[in-house]
Amino acid sequence: MTRALIQILRRDLRLALRQGSDVAVLVMFFVITVSLFPFAVGPEPVILARIAAGVIWVTALLATMLSLDRLFQSDFDDGSLDLLVTSSPPLEFIVLAKVAAHWLVAGLPLIVAAPFLAVALRLPADGYLILIAVMAIGTPTLSLIGAIGAALTLGARRSGVLVSLLVLPLFIPVLVFGVAAIDAGISGLAVRPHLLILGAMLIATLPLAPWAAATALRQSLT
Amino acid sequence: MPSRFTGNDLVCIRGEKTVFEGLSFSIGESDAIVLRGPNGSGKSTLLRLMAGLLRPDSGVLTWNELDISQDIHTHGANIHYVGHQDAIKPLLTVAENLSFAASLKASAFNLRNALEVFALIDLADLPVRLLSAGQRRRLALSRLVASQAPLWLLDEPTVSLDEGAVTMLLSAIAAHRAGGGMVVAAVHGPLNLQDASEFDVDTFAPTGSVGFEDMSI
Repeated sequence: MTRALIQILRRDLRLALRQGSDVAVLVMFFVITVSLFPFAVGPEPVILARIAAGVIWVTALLATMLSLDRLFQSDFDDGSLDLLVTSSPPLEFIVLAKVAAHWLVAGLPLIVAAPFLAVALRLPADGYLILIAVMAIGTPTLSLIGAIGAALTLGARRSGVLVSLLVLPLFIPVLVFGVAAIDAGISGLAVRPHLLILGAMLIATLPLAPWAAATALRQSLT
Repeated sequence: MPSRFTGNDLVCIRGEKTVFEGLSFSIGESDAIVLRGPNGSGKSTLLRLMAGLLRPDSGVLTWNELDISQDIHTHGANIHYVGHQDAIKPLLTVAENLSFAASLKASAFNLRNALEVFALIDLADLPVRLLSAGQRRRLALSRLVASQAPLWLLDEPTVSLDEGAVTMLLSAIAAHRAGGGMVVAAVHGPLNLQDASEFDVDTFAPTGSVGFEDMSI
């Protein structure tokens, strides 16, 4: 069973890498959207430093959401989902393998790009390590929650719009604690409670989201 | 113990319409069933029921007396379903597509053999986007051999195949049945499976209704 799951992970990674433009477009979206803010609010360093954490997080949410359509949609369109549903590993684990692949190509690049954007937004030096830490804990949660939305909207018309309505409200807790942790770090307050709560969210979604998404996938085939 | 796959008193309702009702079938080792019936009589729907992709609205499907809805993943290892869609990724090569599908089912598989049965060995390292429709179909069918599943479920397997490829399919089916395998195929045209029982799905249509759209998705 583990071997089959590794095969699924490898296949999704291979597909994403052979279609490298997808990853590039996602990172470019992240970079360009964040760099719009200095133009909009002006180059005042104090203001930029104040909004840096929030801007990076909100844009990361949007970028994650944009990448969700490739999680199950192409497998649904070409019939591969039939193959996955009738394969030997439980569908919940298959979803988990696909989410892991999604995070590696859609979450990890954001974590790499975030510190550079933080420089552009003049995030205070105390915030960088915390920024990377909260994004490393928070973005897998986003991919997991996003999988539920992606599975629920399979086969729906205009599923891209629908998925944002379903998923963005569920991203709010990650956003709140992700930004709060960075703000706390900059102002010298305790960061640990925020990280613990983000960790708890990840641990809770790790079994629940694949279960919910697998149920939605089975439903989509009927 | 010889395997036996049966469906008992199956009812399937799609949307508001009853596709078929009171449908029963039974298939044992080395048996083949050819599903017949006009468009919309429920051939594809019945195949998807057999694959465990759909649930019957009433009635049970059993594999060796065990209800398949109890353990859908074990059932998944017993069947391989080839539907209208080829379920192959254009960006991967022929060999990558095949070994991926096979690794989902079987712990050990003979890739080379599966490629040879459908004459794909020379195409193994080509990306699938370069293949013709018939070659893609052959790739989809070669998974049957690689999956080592005892029950093959084929939905219009001969679509876009040339005569040579149909012969490959027939000999693959014959070899599968000689090894105790079972085959259920929905076909419109002639497909000469030896001693296959013909099964007309249309006879289970609810009386006084019009045929329902054939596609289940």
